[in-house]
Formats: sequence, structure tokens, C-alpha cells
Amino acid sequence: MKFGVIVFPGTKCDHDCLQVLREVLGQEARPVWHKETGLAGFDCLVLPGGFSYGDYLRTGAIARFSPVMETVIQYAERGGAVIGICNGFQILLEAGLLPGAMLRNRTLSFICRDVTLRVDNAQTLFSSLYRAGEVIRMPIAHGEGNYYADSETLARLLGRRQIVLRYASPEGELTERDNPNGSLASIAGIVNERGNVLGLMPHPERASEAALGGEDGRRLFESLIHSLKT
Amino acid sequence: MHARVFVSLKRSVLDPQGKAVRGALETLGLKGIEDVRQGKFFDLELADGDPAERGRELDSLCQKLLANPVIEDYRIEWVT
Repeated sequence: MKFGVIVFPGTKCDHDCLQVLREVLGQEARPVWHKETGLAGFDCLVLPGGFSYGDYLRTGAIARFSPVMETVIQYAERGGAVIGICNGFQILLEAGLLPGAMLRNRTLSFICRDVTLRVDNAQTLFSSLYRAGEVIRMPIAHGEGNYYADSETLARLLGRRQIVLRYASPEGELTERDNPNGSLASIAGIVNERGNVLGLMPHPERASEAALGGEDGRRLFESLIHSLKT
Repeated sequence: MHARVFVSLKRSVLDPQGKAVRGALETLGLKGIEDVRQGKFFDLELADGDPAERGRELDSLCQKLLANPVIEDYRIEWVT
């Protein structure tokens, strides 16, 4: 499979993603500068984490108007697989490819630590190698990951099973204590209605090698590779 | 033409920064603060043009970029 990893000014997790896709998973992957347009031949586009445009105005708000985004939006609308991680998730929200918006963490602090997550939907392109209800561990590192949507949007997300990952206790319970940033309904990751666009705040690329402290994130990429091959 | 655009979180959206500022103001001894909401404003210098048309253009830009309508309200003020 061929992955494109989009690089905006201020993106910083692009090399982590390239490392995992190429070295750990043996896939073809190349960085895509945000000025590129007319992308062709990719099986998946990844918007990695970082601080695109210094988080000016709102997180992801300026990157959303980078030249490459027109192509990303068209690619997603044609059904192409897109993953937005952390800042990438924020950009997908600003671009309207996923519903909702991000607010400052309710603690107002930047949170960088491992969290436990419950897999709420194991039937998406990106989660098929997890078990439904399985609790996994991945790191988060963000100041604005407090997911918000109005009540109608939340009802739609729940009704259409678009919530893929939720912050949960190690036993899989949804508690306020285990919700690090105050996200609505403990939401950590969602897909669009069609199921081809995923946004998540945790960093699967930082949990893909045992030597780096965890491997639970690798199955997310493996799920996609497996889903697209079969 | 000089426009000022005010952007703030919708009333229905919790404003954690405003809440923290309110707590700090209370710590400083200011009593009876019921709520604090934090926002931002943009000063825009625009080339002269038809005010109605300029207003429509600016309104559309507010919705696309200056504010995120999912969580924020905005208000345009013309400064003379």
C-alpha cells in the first residue's frame, strides 16, 4: 500500500508516521508537502500531529486552507481513506470532513501521557483488528482535545456508530476521571458517516513498537492495510 | 473602511478559559462575578467599497475562517 503523509509548516509527527509505515509495517510511504496538489496513486492519506501554523487563530484553522487540502477533501469525498491524528484530527474538523470542533482541555493544560481507550466500534476500516469493547493504551499529547458537538450531532454519531475510540478506565468504564480533556461523551476518535475518514486525538504512531512503550496503536494501521487488501 | 470582528464561544459551549479567569478574579477579592466569557477581536482595514457588498463579503469570511460556527458566534462592527 502507498501512504501519503501530509506535512504542513509546523507539523512534527510526520517522521514518526513515516517510520512506522515504512520500517515497522513495510509499506510504501512518502511525505507530501502542503503545497502539492493533484495527488494520485495513494491508498491512504495521513494528516499527522503537530502545531500547523503555530495553532494560530484556532488549531487546524489555517492549515485547512493550505493548497493540498482541496485535494484531500476531493480524495475523501471519492471514498479514499484518510487518517487525522491529533492536529490532523483538528484540521479534518475545521475542513468539515468530520463533525464537531475542539475546545481547550478543561484543565487548560497541555496533557502528555498514556491513556486507556475503549474500542467502541471494531467494524471500521481502521479498527477491524481490535475486539469490540477492548481496552487499549496509547499516548495523547495535546492542549485542545476537548471534543465538542451539539446534541443532534452527538445523537447522530451514536446512532450511526461513528465513535470508534473513547477514553475509558482500564476496565472499560467511561468515567469523568478517565476523560483527560473533558471531551463530550469521552470521545477520542470518530469516523465520518461513510467510514473512510478517521480522526483521533491519541497517537497510534507513538504506540507501534514495543521498544517505544506500546504496540496497541500499530493494529490501527494494520487494520487499514488488512481492510483495503481484502 | 475599518471593521472590527468580535468572536466568542457560543453561550451553549463551556468556556474553560473564562471560567479560570473568573476564579482568578474571585481570588483577587472581586465578589459577585456570575460569569466570565473570553473572546477575541480582529481589526480589519478594508479598501473602500459598497458597504453592503463589503458587509456580505466579510460575513462570509467570518463563517469560513475568522469564526468556527460549530462553537463560536461573531459580530461585525463598523468603526467610523
